[in-house]
Amino acid sequence: MDLQELHEIGAKEHRSQKPIRVHCCTSTGCQAANSLTLKKNLENSVKQNGLSDQIQVVGVGCMGFCGKGPLVQIEAKNKLYEEVTPDDAASIINAINNGTTATAAEGDLNHPFFAKQMRIVRETSGKIDPEKIEEYIAAGGYESLYKVIHDMTSAEVVEEITKSGLRGRGGGGYPTGLKWATVAKMPPKQKYIICNADEGDPGAFMDRSVLESDPHRVLEGMAIAGYAVGASEGFIYVRAEYPLAIDRLEMAIKQAKKLGILGSQIFDSPFDFKINIRIGAGAFVCGEETALISSIEGGRGNPRPRPPYPAQSGLWGCPTLINNVETFANISAIIREGAEWYANIGTEKSKGTKIFALTGKIRNNGLIEVPMGITLREIVEEMGGGVPDGEVKAIQTGGPSGGCIPASLLDTPVDYDSLIKLGSMMGSGGMVVMDKGTSMVGVAQFYMEFCRGETCGKCVPCRAGTVQMYQALTKIINKQATLKDLEKLEQLCQMVKATSLCGLGQSAPNPVLSTLHYFRDEYLGLIESNQNGKKPPQHQQPATAHN
Amino acid sequence: MQTSSEPPKVAEKPKEPAKKAEKGHPSGDKRFKVLDMTMKRNQYRQDALIEVLHKAQESFGFLEEDVLLYIARGLKLPLSKVYGVATFYHLFSLKPNGAHTCVVCLGTACYVKGSGEVLAELEKHTGIHQGETTEDGQLSIMTARCIGACGIAPAVVFDGTVAGKVSASEAIEKVKPWFNNNTP
Ligand SMILES: Cc1cc2nc3c(=O)[nH]c(=O)nc-3n(C[C@H](O)[C@H](O)[C@H](O)COP(=O)(O)O)c2cc1C
Ligand code: SF4
Ligand code: FES
Ligand code: FES
Repeated sequence: MDLQELHEIGAKEHRSQKPIRVHCCTSTGCQAANSLTLKKNLENSVKQNGLSDQIQVVGVGCMGFCGKGPLVQIEAKNKLYEEVTPDDAASIINAINNGTTATAAEGDLNHPFFAKQMRIVRETSGKIDPEKIEEYIAAGGYESLYKVIHDMTSAEVVEEITKSGLRGRGGGGYPTGLKWATVAKMPPKQKYIICNADEGDPGAFMDRSVLESDPHRVLEGMAIAGYAVGASEGFIYVRAEYPLAIDRLEMAIKQAKKLGILGSQIFDSPFDFKINIRIGAGAFVCGEETALISSIEGGRGNPRPRPPYPAQSGLWGCPTLINNVETFANISAIIREGAEWYANIGTEKSKGTKIFALTGKIRNNGLIEVPMGITLREIVEEMGGGVPDGEVKAIQTGGPSGGCIPASLLDTPVDYDSLIKLGSMMGSGGMVVMDKGTSMVGVAQFYMEFCRGETCGKCVPCRAGTVQMYQALTKIINKQATLKDLEKLEQLCQMVKATSLCGLGQSAPNPVLSTLHYFRDEYLGLIESNQNGKKPPQHQQPATAHN
Repeated sequence: MQTSSEPPKVAEKPKEPAKKAEKGHPSGDKRFKVLDMTMKRNQYRQDALIEVLHKAQESFGFLEEDVLLYIARGLKLPLSKVYGVATFYHLFSLKPNGAHTCVVCLGTACYVKGSGEVLAELEKHTGIHQGETTEDGQLSIMTARCIGACGIAPAVVFDGTVAGKVSASEAIEKVKPWFNNNTP
């Protein structure tokens, strides 16, 4: 296939599209709220009213406002409907046709939740049918891949990514261009590309959404990476908990292969690239890159010491490039618009946009893509609409590797470095908002329970340390602890941080350390209530009956 | 109600009618053929172990020792390695699950929104703890670390279908027919 043919596929798709497209979200969140029945009813309604040549119902990916699903959007009419039930279908089609009012609640597309977003990774999410490659192509998809193969050398591609300033979105924030350059420099033998779609951080679902809503964007990014570093084979390691993402990826790979966009001699060039899917089996530690590699090789997901880095010796001992889903999903846009355009977005050291999963005690739950450097306050109060009947107490970022940021620091701009300065981190982009009813000691215990259960057990500080920290926290919560226990807990944190082998153990103490730093009073309150037999203030009770 | 410390009883396995397996497993159980096919498709590569285990769990419901042995032989791996991998990953289960499953998400977003209470109520009403199966083999209650539906937290997966914003009473309503019907 050449560019002409690619454009022809896109043009044909455009011609076949009806003037009014009714977008109905079919991603996990909305499916859970019955959006598939809704979609069927919308389709029936179009048919019954004889509107099939004007109106087209499209099952699309996530629109971001998942907390108010199922969502239906009609771009031609600038309308969004929220919490739509299957019974609302007829009235929505009627509204389009006759200008009547639909029975479903209308959403406000000018609300900051939408207005403040800048969509690069999610530019077509919620607008195209993820199960049809033609829709992706009609939106300009795979042109970047064509461009790199035909108009750029591998070195030029690496250079472009380097200049864009893109940093890895999987948590560490390592410069993507530098990683690509390292793998590209390795001797030209077998090399591999791995897409890390393990997304183990609880509270984060942006990778899931990207895979479900626009799988081709990820495949295209991987293929471009393959061309840039000299790899002919790639693996996507997806967690088994994401069945819909797996289905759509399989479908997308099949479609791309059929068109000659993946496989051998892509776009009639000498470049071959095939992509395989590997399904995880529920182990958080497998998100760590060396553990992930061992899992693809069919073994236990035990991390190993680095160096050697996967870039030098990864999958089956070959140089391997590992990037996160969102990192790959940025690539095609960077190639299309140029590195300079990308580097102009964001802050000095954190370029581009980041998707955050905004959840917890907040009015507007869902996914937002915003330029780096936006403040936490803008995200939580303006976009998120704040805490329903209450006040923000803290925001947890970075999952089990991160920490809790108190409400007093809401004016912090969000980027890799500023969050680390606060003792938290960006991680994969989970943001869980907590209100006054949440016990911070309880939160620390919650994360320690997580790490205790997810440690791979290879090194003692992490295996035994997480258990002991969990016990210490439980003792504090049960009001049986003394100041001595608190001191011991802090020592344990430092020891586990300093002596663990991989990122899991090294960062496991973070939620404890950050809550100790910002909410020490709560710890002390619980301890004092032991010593004097006093009850702590109301808000220091654990939020839920968990444990 | 049911607080016996005995291991939960196995739900009736679907019986395969035919008995004409030539090679495969001596029992003639057709499900071993599925394993044969999966291993063959992967050219008996040892790195296909996790995929084969997935397939095995899908067809058998859980990984009994016989199945692990069969896979070890097929991929020419020591049983200790197969066992080591099967026990490392949370999704592989060496015990049978109930005919119906209810997975409560205990991820951060769900936790903050009260999934702990949903679980506690479920445990109270069913008389079993997370990770356990009712005595009649009908219902298993399990927990997950986040199923990626945090926007609609708290999330619960009933027999593979995700439900969002689930309250404790809704969860109980949902599982009621699954264990009440069959309790003596
Ligand atoms: C315990 C642990 C879990 C991790 N989980 C993930 C994950 O779920 N997804 C991910 O992309 N990266 C995860 N990472 C980071 C990866 O090891 C790796 O740095 C990342 O995939 C590199 O991609 P990037 O440069 O595009 O960010 C994890 C790291 C650790 C230590
Ligand atoms: S730090 Fe923990 S998870 Fe990492 S290798 Fe050691 S025991 Fe395993
Ligand atoms: S899942 Fe439907 S809007 Fe996100
Ligand atoms: S925390 Fe429950 S679905 Fe993510």
